[in-house]
Amino acid sequence: MAALHHPQSDTLWAYAAGTLDEASSVLVASHLALCPECRADVARMEAMGGEMLEDAGTVSISSSLDDIMARLDGPVFVKAQSQPIKTPANDTILPRPLRDYVGSSVDTVKWHGLTSGVEYFDLPVRAKGRRARLLKIAPGTRVPSHGHGGEEMTMVLAGGYTDEFGSYARGDVETADVTQVHQPVADAGEPCICLTVTRGALIPSAIFSVINRFFPRLSA
Amino acid sequence: MLQSLTLDNSPSLAGFGFRSSPAPQRLPKAMIPIAAPEANAVLSPDFSGLVLAVAQRQDKQAFAQLFGHYAPRVKSYLMRHGADDGQAEEIAQETMLSLWRKAGMFDPSKASAGTWIFTIARNLRIDAIRKSRRPEFDPDDPAFVPDREQAADDSMEAGEMSVRVRGALDSLPEEQAEVVKLSFFEDKPHGEIAKQLDLPLGTVKSRLRLAMRRIRTALGEKEE
Ligand SMILES: [Zn+2]
Repeated sequence: MAALHHPQSDTLWAYAAGTLDEASSVLVASHLALCPECRADVARMEAMGGEMLEDAGTVSISSSLDDIMARLDGPVFVKAQSQPIKTPANDTILPRPLRDYVGSSVDTVKWHGLTSGVEYFDLPVRAKGRRARLLKIAPGTRVPSHGHGGEEMTMVLAGGYTDEFGSYARGDVETADVTQVHQPVADAGEPCICLTVTRGALIPSAIFSVINRFFPRLSA
Repeated sequence: MLQSLTLDNSPSLAGFGFRSSPAPQRLPKAMIPIAAPEANAVLSPDFSGLVLAVAQRQDKQAFAQLFGHYAPRVKSYLMRHGADDGQAEEIAQETMLSLWRKAGMFDPSKASAGTWIFTIARNLRIDAIRKSRRPEFDPDDPAFVPDREQAADDSMEAGEMSVRVRGALDSLPEEQAEVVKLSFFEDKPHGEIAKQLDLPLGTVKSRLRLAMRRIRTALGEKEE
């Protein structure tokens, strides 16, 4: 089933350009695994990147071509990189690369209690001011109404939820900006598992509406 | 006849876009210009063919041509992203060495040589300059949702594709082209690009959205 709600175009552009923070990139890459349509868009954006490279101007290379050619036959130096954790490949809920960040299949995530009916697991992502969090919401649970100190992206992995702006199922991405307060309710049936990427703190809606009223510039 | 055979001692390049132009002269190694002159625009070689020559028979002359054209551009791209000369030089060389090693993974039906090299340079930049990981999807992942079957007449020749891509970029209205360019050349979130242009963030976002819509149309995709 194809996703109906996609990341915003500027988010895909930033992913293609390589300027998107790592937390948001995990969500985008996970959506791309499930969405052929956005994959095609990102490929088109990368093609633009290729054209930009042609137009990037030139800065001369200081090494001699002979030295560089000599390196072709040299030993292949593989840089030590933080290897992704190998995780069971039979998990069809968590797409790669999300599964590599979680470090386990969906059945063995080490959930922590958040509020009644809501559990969470924070991904080990290095991104300043951003948090990538997996949520597991019991069927029918209302998540407390909240606004955001910054943009929030949510992608559904299992089950689904509905809020003031629409209904979201596996693969769907909802982007809530600083001006939006929403109250997601998990669908009945199976638990809703989703990935959220937030910037700044979540603000309970009572306080949020006061901020919005007296400091509208904050959310402009 | 014999003379022309000895002159043309680079049969490896035959069939890779040089058919219509005179056989390329083989320059002594040290004379191959490293900073590519703009003459390339006139004699634009088939870069995808050169990558395939590297993939199929480790053709060093093909590599040298790719290096001459792309390494100075990759270095410039990296310096625009804040690398100093030494770091940019190092990553540009690493990009080209990656091309040499991974040429077998290059698929000309999916991307042009320039696009592929851009993605290699981008990923090395994220690793070296941003010091973060680049999460990417894995087509062998059991959770991966494959592309719908492409109709045979939908696919384009690699050459035709790159002409259309350039046409798509050139067709963008100046204000859209500007934000697309800044997105690629400045390591900044769109909020900062908006500030720099003295525009509301929403305007930058909508220009990027409109640019994508135009590019889809220019590449001959059907609107949803
Ligand atoms: Zn999508």
